[in-house]
Parts: sequence; C-alpha cells; structure tokens
Amino acid sequence: MGSIGSESNPLRVAIVGSGPSGFYATEALIKSDQKVEIDLIERLPAPFGLVRNGVAPDHPKLKQAIEVYKKIAQSPEFNFVGNVTVGEDIKAQELQETYHAVIYTCGAETDRKLGIPGEELNGSYTATEFVGWYNGHPDYRDRTFDLSHENAVVIGQGNVAADVARILAKSVDELKHTDIAQHALDVLAESKVRKIYVVGRRGPAQAKFASKELKEFLEIENCRPYIDPVELDLNTTSQREIDSKEGRGNKKNLEIFQKFAESEDTGKQRTCISTFLKSPIRLEGDRRLQKVVFEVNELSGEPFKQSAKGTGKTMEIECGILFRSIGYNGVPIPGVPFYERWGTIPNETGRITVEHGGNVLPGLYTAGWIKRGPSGIIGTNRACAVESVSAVLEDIDQFGSDKPGREGLYAVLDRNGVQYINYAQWEKVDAAEVAAGEPKGKPREKFTYCDEMLAAANS
Amino acid sequence: MTTVVTENCKGCRFTDCVAVCPVACFHFDDEMVYIDPDVCIDCSACIPECPVEAIFEEDDLPEGQEQWVEINAEKAPDLPLIEEPMDPLPEAEGRKADLGF
Ligand SMILES: Cc1cc2nc3c(=O)[nH]c(=O)nc-3n(C[C@H](O)[C@H](O)[C@H](O)COP(=O)(O)OP(=O)(O)OC[C@H]3O[C@@H](n4cnc5c(N)ncnc54)[C@H](O)[C@@H]3O)c2cc1C
Ligand SMILES: NC(=O)c1ccc[n+]([C@@H]2O[C@H](COP(=O)([O-])OP(=O)(O)OC[C@H]3O[C@@H](n4cnc5c(N)ncnc54)[C@H](OP(=O)(O)O)[C@@H]3O)[C@@H](O)[C@H]2O)c1
Repeated sequence: MGSIGSESNPLRVAIVGSGPSGFYATEALIKSDQKVEIDLIERLPAPFGLVRNGVAPDHPKLKQAIEVYKKIAQSPEFNFVGNVTVGEDIKAQELQETYHAVIYTCGAETDRKLGIPGEELNGSYTATEFVGWYNGHPDYRDRTFDLSHENAVVIGQGNVAADVARILAKSVDELKHTDIAQHALDVLAESKVRKIYVVGRRGPAQAKFASKELKEFLEIENCRPYIDPVELDLNTTSQREIDSKEGRGNKKNLEIFQKFAESEDTGKQRTCISTFLKSPIRLEGDRRLQKVVFEVNELSGEPFKQSAKGTGKTMEIECGILFRSIGYNGVPIPGVPFYERWGTIPNETGRITVEHGGNVLPGLYTAGWIKRGPSGIIGTNRACAVESVSAVLEDIDQFGSDKPGREGLYAVLDRNGVQYINYAQWEKVDAAEVAAGEPKGKPREKFTYCDEMLAAANS
Repeated sequence: MTTVVTENCKGCRFTDCVAVCPVACFHFDDEMVYIDPDVCIDCSACIPECPVEAIFEEDDLPEGQEQWVEINAEKAPDLPLIEEPMDPLPEAEGRKADLGF
C-alpha cells in the first residue's frame, strides 16, 4: 500500500457535521496536495447546518453561501452521508477506527440557560427553539409558541436576539416570500404581539448587534424601534470605548440607537424597545409566565472589559412570552472529549485534546463553533477550518496506514440498520422543496419532518 | 448594497480579508484586492480583519471614497481570484504606519 495521501491509499477523512465549518474543512482538504477521500456525515437528511436552519429567512443573500457548498459537493473526493448521528448511529470510537482522521464540526446546538427561578414556566422559550422552528428544523417542528400576548421580552443583545425580535416585529407580508416554514408563518399571522422588549445586561455601548442588523429595524413596515433617550447616557468608560478605534462598531450602533430614541410615534402596530443594564433575576406567573423581574445593573471595569453588577434595585416588565437569547452551547458526543465550561471540544489549534489543556489525541480534530465556541459569522469558520486542516496535513505521517474509510462506514451503518442518504438523494429533496415553494412565491418550502425528507430522497 | 475595498488597500494588500470570505469574492492585481459585488453576500466578515480599515459597506463609505463602488465592480470580475491570503506587498508595513495604523 502506498503512503497515506497517495493514489492507492488516499487520506481518508470523516467530517462530522455539514455546516459551514464542515464544508470549509472539506474544501481545504480538497485543495491540499494530498489525494483525499472525504465523507461528510450529517445527522439530518439535509446539509448546510445553521445556514439552512439558523440564518434568518429574510436574509436570503447570506444563504447564498450555500452555492459555494454546492460547488464543493460536486468534487469527486466528496461524499455526503446524511441522516446519520455520530454517537448514536455509529460510535465515535468506530469512526476513529475507520478513518485516518476525523474532524468534528458539529456546531453548538443547544442554548445557555439563565439559571433563574421560573425559567421553565410556560411562555418562557429559547431563541434556539424559536429560530429552529421558524426555519423548519425537524427537531423543533412540533414546538408551539403562544403569540397571543401583547408583550414579548427577548433577553440578550446579540445578532440572534435581533433575528428573533425582527421576526416577531415583521408583518406576514414581509415574510411570506422568504423560505420561512409555513407552520411558523401561520402562527405569526395570528400574532397579537405589540411590544417587543430587547433587554441587555450591559449598556448600549456594549450591545453585540452588528450595526447592519440594527439598522434594519428602521425599515420594518409596522414596527417602530424605540429607546428611552435617557438610556443612551454613557458612563465615562463607555464613552472612552466608543471614542476609540476598537469601538468603531459600537459607535455606529449608538448612532442608530439615537435614531431609535428620536423615532416618532406614527401609529405603527408594533414597537420594539431596546433597554439596557437589566439582568433578569426571576420569571413569575401562575403556571404561565406573567412578568419578568430584573435587577438594575451598573457597569464597572476597564474599557471593553466592563461587566454588569447588580445595584439591588429591581424593576419589572409584564409579558406573556420571553425568549432567552444569551448564546448557544455545544452538545457533547459520547466518546468525544468535551469541556463543559466552554461547551466546546477541548483542542489545540484544532487538534482534539484529552481534556482542556491536556494531551493531543492523534487523528482527532475539530473546527467551527464546537471548536471555538458559539461566536463568529459564516466566514469566520473558513479560516478556522483551514487551521484545523493544516494540523491534519502536518500529522499525516502519524496516522495508522490501513483504514477502510467509506466502505467501513457503510458496513457499520448497514449492520446497525441505519437509513442514510447520499448527496444525489439530497438533491432530490432540494428540488422537491424548491418546487413546493414556487406556487407560493417562496424560494423553497422546506420539509420539516425527517420522514418527509427521506421519502423525497428515496423517490 | 455591497461591500467595497477602498484606497487604503493600495500598496498594502494584506489579504487578511480573504481568509474569512465565505464565498470567494476577492480578486487582486499588483496593487490591491477588489470585491466582486455579484458574488459578495454582504456578510461583513472581512471588514474587521483589515489592518488598515480599507473595507466598508457601501452605506458606510467615508466621504470621497464613493468612486470605489464602481471601481470594485468594474475591476474584480476580470482579475484573478484570490482564495487564500498571500504575503502583503513589500511596502505594506511602511504604508500602514503612514496611514496611522
Ligand atoms: C440564529 C442564527 C443566525 C445566524 N445568522 C448568521 C448570519 O446572518 N450571517 C452569518 O454570517 N452568520 C450567522 N450565524 C452564524 C453561523 O450560522 C455560524 O457561524 C455557523 O453556522 C457555524 O458553523 P458550524 O459548521 O460550526 O456549525 P453549524 O452550522 O451548526 O453546523 C453543525 C452541523 O453538525 C450537525 N451535527 C451536530 N451533531 C451531529 C452529530 N452528532 N452527528 C452528525 N452531525 C451532527 C448539525 O446537524 C449541523 O448540520 C447565525 C447563527 C445563528 C445561531
Ligand atoms: N447577521 C449576522 O451576521 C448574524 C446573525 C445571527 C448570529 N450571528 C452570529 O452568531 C453568533 C452568536 O450570536 P448570539 O446572539 O447567540 O451571541 P452573542 O453575540 O454572544 O450575544 C449574546 C448576548 O447575550 C447576552 N448574555 C449572555 N449571558 C447573559 C446572561 N446570563 N444574562 C443576560 N444576558 C446575557 C450577552 O451580553 P454580554 O455582552 O453582556 O455578554 C449578549 O448580549 C455571533 O457571533 C453573531 O454575530 C450573526
């Protein structure tokens, strides 16, 4: 047998998770000067991770990243293995025995908890489930969201919070020609929500929104963005932050917040209110959520490191629904090291380690959100995946030579009775979705149950 | 709306931007890089990467830089694609200092 990476013994790599980091890892391997054979394993019958299931339906331009992934998928070195959950349908250990290298790119699929009383009340939801639901993710298909209340609260001021608030704020007319799931559109059409509070624990100069996301609120047909002008008074440290070069983005946000504060009440149906320096300490209600109690915060610390400290003063917002949007969190895969504190797979520049700061485990790599934690946009994962693939290529001489790769994978899956699909089958699902969207003027109508996807794949 | 590379890139061509571009929309010549607006998805990943703050969203262009929208659109499609970062131009560090970064 030739050396690994040669025609007779290609470098056999399994990549677990077909979001941006999985596809960029694939791309980097294909572009290397080794002969490679890649199996991209995905637990859903549909590829593209959060680009399909996270990125907001009213941001179709960003979803065009998928065109790049489609091109990568046409490479002869590439193979898609959909509807296979690593850790359930095949053990991590088995995967490692089957391939020269395994790259975990499985994202951060759950949410962070606030850890406050009442968090589990009816009406208290997570951004993760709401986003999954409106995007037609099968895991969240059967969730119900009661939008019969006038006041909604979103906790957190990152871009996901902006997505959630914007979807609640927009009219159905503004959403109906997007790829938003029909079941979500039907519920949003009946929404009684009038006020959406977007609450940050720190100040306006620390909000994590991209200014472009914020600006969009000025253009929503039936919603007035608003801020009480006194909330825009900054402490001296925050002022220093926005006056400095690193504060360029925050400064832009403040200019937009200023516009919110000056917005006139023109009788729009909805209002989206940004409010700051408030940490939720308890959710109250008789079985159903009725109000959120916040402690009012003040900031202390060095520029760009200010943290929120409670003042002991409290205030309340009455609301029937709340979405916490305080960040995503990785889900451990049995048999793969996991660092609880960060919700990531412990690693050194992409090489998986036994534990955080521990020794490197040969042949195991990671990229994307599960490597770095749940921050960064689509393109961030490209540089991240390139780093991890460089590690794979540097280590190539250390891999055990005799690995069956794809055949070995299929043998295990067949033995376990797993119904997996390939890329050509996914293309059938894709075509069926596009066709179903056409009469409605939507780019696609997604299948929202795995069974439906599999039926289309096998048609 | 689109995203554009402007004057500051000229003579630097650091190409940090290229590493985070999700869609391969950067092209280059001997002086600088350009964004193909037909390919760019306006994700803004490249903007904070530029060590000389040469990249802007169209809406945000500083005064006097508006011509770059057209320059990017005209030049990019005919120039070679750049998908991996390359070494900055030899005079890049000096120019960066001159620009006050
Ligand atoms: C709500 C939301 C909106 C966003 N909007 C934007 C935006 O507008 N613009 C932008 O640039 N970025 C946006 N982002 C960020 C962007 O989506 C992420 O940076 C990116 O998707 C992370 O890529 P990833 O490949 O690491 O993870 P993911 O995209 O999450 O992909 C992980 C994949 O792994 C699969 N998987 C998980 N576990 C297993 C397993 N055990 N076996 C097999 N497969 C598994 C999952 O099903 C999934 O397909 C958004 C993020 C969120 C949450
Ligand atoms: N259009 C886009 O480009 C787009 C869209 C969506 C997502 N994304 C990206 O995806 C990533 C994830 O976004 P995200 O919004 O989930 O995360 P994020 O940007 O990290 O925002 C999390 C928010 O939650 C707050 N928070 C955290 N813990 C909290 C607590 N215990 N109590 C109250 N508030 C708390 C944070 O406040 P502190 O600042 O005080 O910690 C912050 O405001 C980001 O990198 C984002 O840019 C991009």
